[in-house]
Amino acid sequence: MAASDAPNGDVLIRNAFGSVLAFLILLLIGVLAFSIRLFSVIKYESVIHEFDPYFNYRVTQFLTKNGIYDFWNWFDDRTWYPLGRVIGGTVYPGLTLTAGTLYWFLHSLNIPLSVETVCVFTAPIFSAFASWATYLLTKEIKGVGAGLTAAALLAMVPSYISRSVAGSYDNEAVAIFALIFTFYLYIKTLNTGSLFYATLNSLSYFYMVCSWGGYTFIINLIPMHVLLCIVTGRYSSRLYIAYAPLVILGTLLAALVPVVGFNAVMTSEHFASFLVFIIIHVVALVYYIKGILSPKMFKVALALVVSIGLAVCCAMVAVIIALVASSPTKGWSGRSLSLLDPTYASKYIPIIASVSEHQPPTWPSYFMDINVLAFLIPAGIIACFSPLSDASLFAVLYIVLSVYFSGVMVRLMLVLAPAACILSGIALSQAFDVFTRSIKFQLPSLSDHSHIDARDASSENVVLDDTIKTDKNEDTPKERMTKRSKKKEKEPVEKPPTKFQIKKRLSVLPFEASIIAVILLVLLVAFYVVHCVWAAAEAYSAPSIVLTSHSNDGLHVFDDFREAYAWLSHNTDVDDKVASWWDYGYQTTAMANRTVIVDNNTWNNTHIATVGTAMSSPEKAAWEIFHSLDVKYVLVVFGGLVGYPSDDINKFLWMVRIGGGVFPHIKEPDYLRDGQYRIDSMATPTMLNCLMYKLSYYRFVETDGKAFDRVRRTEIGKKYFKLTHFEEVFTTHHWMVRIYKLKPPKNRIRGKNKKSKSKTSSTTTSKRKGTRRNPF
Amino acid sequence: MPMEEQPHFRVPLSLLLFLSLFLLPTSFSSTHDLQILNAERRIDLTSHIIKVYLTLKVENLGTSPASEVHLAFSPAEAEHLAIVKAAATSGKRKKKTYIPLDVKSAELPDGPNGTKFFTVTLLTSLNKGETATLEVLYILTHSLEPFPVEITQSESQLVYFRDSAILLSPYHVKEQTTFIKTPSTRVESFTVVDPAKRAGTELKYGPYEDQPPYSYSPVLVHFENNNPFAVVEELEREIEISHWGNVQVTERYRLVHAGARHKGAFSRVEYQTRPDATGVSSFKHLLAKLPPKVHSVYYRDEIGNVSTSNLRTDYRKSELEFQPRYPLFGGWKSTFVIGYGLPLQDFLFESPDGRRYLNFTFGCPLTQTVVDKLILKVVLPEGSKDPTAVIPFQVDQHLEIKYSYLDVIGRTVVVLEKSNVVPEHNVPFQVYYTFNPIFMLAEPLMLSIAIFLFFVASVSYLHADLSIRK
Repeated sequence: MAASDAPNGDVLIRNAFGSVLAFLILLLIGVLAFSIRLFSVIKYESVIHEFDPYFNYRVTQFLTKNGIYDFWNWFDDRTWYPLGRVIGGTVYPGLTLTAGTLYWFLHSLNIPLSVETVCVFTAPIFSAFASWATYLLTKEIKGVGAGLTAAALLAMVPSYISRSVAGSYDNEAVAIFALIFTFYLYIKTLNTGSLFYATLNSLSYFYMVCSWGGYTFIINLIPMHVLLCIVTGRYSSRLYIAYAPLVILGTLLAALVPVVGFNAVMTSEHFASFLVFIIIHVVALVYYIKGILSPKMFKVALALVVSIGLAVCCAMVAVIIALVASSPTKGWSGRSLSLLDPTYASKYIPIIASVSEHQPPTWPSYFMDINVLAFLIPAGIIACFSPLSDASLFAVLYIVLSVYFSGVMVRLMLVLAPAACILSGIALSQAFDVFTRSIKFQLPSLSDHSHIDARDASSENVVLDDTIKTDKNEDTPKERMTKRSKKKEKEPVEKPPTKFQIKKRLSVLPFEASIIAVILLVLLVAFYVVHCVWAAAEAYSAPSIVLTSHSNDGLHVFDDFREAYAWLSHNTDVDDKVASWWDYGYQTTAMANRTVIVDNNTWNNTHIATVGTAMSSPEKAAWEIFHSLDVKYVLVVFGGLVGYPSDDINKFLWMVRIGGGVFPHIKEPDYLRDGQYRIDSMATPTMLNCLMYKLSYYRFVETDGKAFDRVRRTEIGKKYFKLTHFEEVFTTHHWMVRIYKLKPPKNRIRGKNKKSKSKTSSTTTSKRKGTRRNPF
Repeated sequence: MPMEEQPHFRVPLSLLLFLSLFLLPTSFSSTHDLQILNAERRIDLTSHIIKVYLTLKVENLGTSPASEVHLAFSPAEAEHLAIVKAAATSGKRKKKTYIPLDVKSAELPDGPNGTKFFTVTLLTSLNKGETATLEVLYILTHSLEPFPVEITQSESQLVYFRDSAILLSPYHVKEQTTFIKTPSTRVESFTVVDPAKRAGTELKYGPYEDQPPYSYSPVLVHFENNNPFAVVEELEREIEISHWGNVQVTERYRLVHAGARHKGAFSRVEYQTRPDATGVSSFKHLLAKLPPKVHSVYYRDEIGNVSTSNLRTDYRKSELEFQPRYPLFGGWKSTFVIGYGLPLQDFLFESPDGRRYLNFTFGCPLTQTVVDKLILKVVLPEGSKDPTAVIPFQVDQHLEIKYSYLDVIGRTVVVLEKSNVVPEHNVPFQVYYTFNPIFMLAEPLMLSIAIFLFFVASVSYLHADLSIRK
């Protein structure tokens, strides 16, 4: 305070350096976020991953080829044959439009990147954006240091990496960025009260609605926060500005997205926001009236309003309840219901339960996906409470809700990850702050040289601390001032009241303890980094369409899926229909360009059940079902030869369940022996005669003579059989994909003769063959 | 008036192509002044690319010196003719030297039934009574017709080959012999035109004596040919020159197995356990001969990398051995892309007049394949002018513009198109163009200016006060 001039210049330079340094760090964080996701490209290749990304890729191809208007009107006849699917109206277009825009931008600069390349790298690019958005959000909550830490943590959090490695071209890739950015803009509006940010917030929300069905998380979380603020007496005009435009503009914009449409006002997921919208208006009105009336008058008015208001509210609640109750699912979609009641899906909707990512996560998956952040979160929550601001309240609410949701569905771990990063960032940054400060004050050499040289070197801790404290307190407003002057004083003068005003308590820890704690923290973070890099490199980079295995004689590549799809695309007629279990629907349409019966969209349960029934029926019945669907080829995935566990035999019970759910003649117990699912000689006759079994194991015995299934680790039950209605047309190199062709219908009379003959012969041949013809 | 001349040997009645033989009026004398003393034809049927080596000993009977010799081809042959080369031989046995001769397609008025002609121009014209020996090589594609048309996995592939036992020629042929070499000893049947005999893998027709001009005696050979019938329906090669030191080649293939179509089931277990007995006509390996010092080779198709390839390089050549995603049976198709980079100094030279030229190999790098349509695009650097292509045979040429990384005016593309390309077309060709090296700096300059402008804009934005409220 004494020498205010010299430190002032010092502070300016330090701030300048600080912001440049922060900028550089952010840049590096972006590079880190991008490059840690390139393991998949380096270890494998630049290719689209898994299932859903193939659909998105195909849609993007269509968009770049035919333009936006054709895209909105696109009726896809390559899928759900014979129903088809209106893609433009049933898809979240955000991702596709983003990649399409990127593609057009690049091509307008004559940079000839292919659609595939753009799609592959969309996710890593948006991960970098997401970590910058995390920086902004955390900075709004707890300052620059916490922001940078949180951004660095998010750049490499495994949970997010699992959904955004290069090639993982899925909605979540851009949606997480949109989610965090929307939250940032909300908090920014809350902190500044600027209508400009409120508008941006609505637009960002619109982008989120375009991108992912998870937008309902935003539209429920923000109202909850608003409600919480009101309840805890934190109502302010800033809160109103942050919330009211979001509901109005956001809902209007959301309704523009075809897939949402009137759902934005009709389904229960959005009701919370409207309810809170009403409440905030009532509260605003109360505050307004309170302001203009005298306290006495206000009490009278309050009594009046409360009595009338209660009556109106009761009526409205009754109407809403009646409306909700009249709809069959109580206005909640199946997926949302399974969020609230974790057992809902497995009880009522096998098709949702059959997807592994809709299962509740296990404890190890928390450690795998957020690692040490799980332990830092509580510390972060504590840090948020000292001092508690609107923004830090939001962070707390966000983490609590997302922890709950992630416990319901593995997939929602993704929503938890940013929250975990933000809170851990806060925790880490605060801890470092405390420890380094403790070290700094107790280092005599450092304190000598630092800015208190004007003082006498009495080096009393408390005194020192006070000076630094004041110095620091001088710093902060200055920093804020310079920043605000940079922003041309757009922000209103009103500041979050609690943010930087409260003086931190004096907290100085012993020197040695601080040093050890810092070292331990660094070790913890180092462990996190090692884990993340490992997860990115080993666990989450496999594209799942090409598999590799290491053995003594080097690397083995199993490229069977693409082999089969390439074969289909080049050697079958362009209008042929291919039936397979729905998992492979997207890939077949995208890679083989053939019409499929069902795909990963799973919008029509009956249709999927039909395919499931066909797969679980005996050959003849299956042939009839497939023939009625105009199917020409049947594709099954079989891992028994090389030990690929997620093959159709392992998924088969779901086919039986889903099929049996619609067609009661398929009964699950028929396929189980004493409640056990088995394919060896103890298997039930229904199992051994169903189409899936036959197509998977057709002539399998001739490979090793014993028909040993490497996935189930057993010899199969029925080894020698013939196919009468299907014909093997292609089997890939490692037998992982087998394609069969339906034999053409036979002349009826001849067919009858043949059938009776083949029946007798097949029973005898199977015995004869066993003794007579063993090739090995 | 056509005059049928019945040969004195047996001819089956079921001949498909029975050309009438002409004895022509003497309006066009030069053809008749020559006669062929001895013609020897060796037809190599071991692969699906049929090579015919023809040795002609020509004598001038007329009074005027003759400088041209005509070769005649039936319409069916002419349609599938990929290349005709001729050479004059001199010297004996070991000191034999070959001097290539000019061969041109020609129109002769007296050809019967659409016979097509090629004219070989001799080095020195033949005077009366002189003889000359010509070596002619011509290559036929798509001339083996699978029969049966569809085969199952366990069958081997049988094909028909149709030709004439007697050389189709506008000249009187005194003595001639035809040898046909089949890939295996399995020959189902062949037309017997006495004297004809078969020994091992060789069929011998002849010697026949004193055949008048345009004699034709169709023969049909039905034999086993399990060689891969690899046909590239369309090959697009794009050669992009960068003066920064790289030649980037991208080759897009559309491959088909043009042999007997596969019928019925494909059983992987049979294919894997008994590789000798099943799918003998199928193929799964391909070999591409690439230039030496090739780098950054990739092999992929529209759905990603194909992980089965092997590159061997030495200082003379590079060999890329690769497999399509699945073995190709008759009628099965596959598409893929091969790309590689090459050092610029090996292919780009400066001619004495200051122009630059690219010296590159025409044709398809795959061995033993026929290319039905080859599109070769040479992408010159932005700012190149006056491109001309120099190529030893007839191709269709036109220019295109291509926009690539940050181009403003676009790059000139010289497009060369040729159908029916065989490995013999792998000869060097040149593309000349003028280029000012200053254009190399255009794009780096553009980028630096853009970045500079960005910083200027940022600085001015930070210093300008745009707020309404003061």
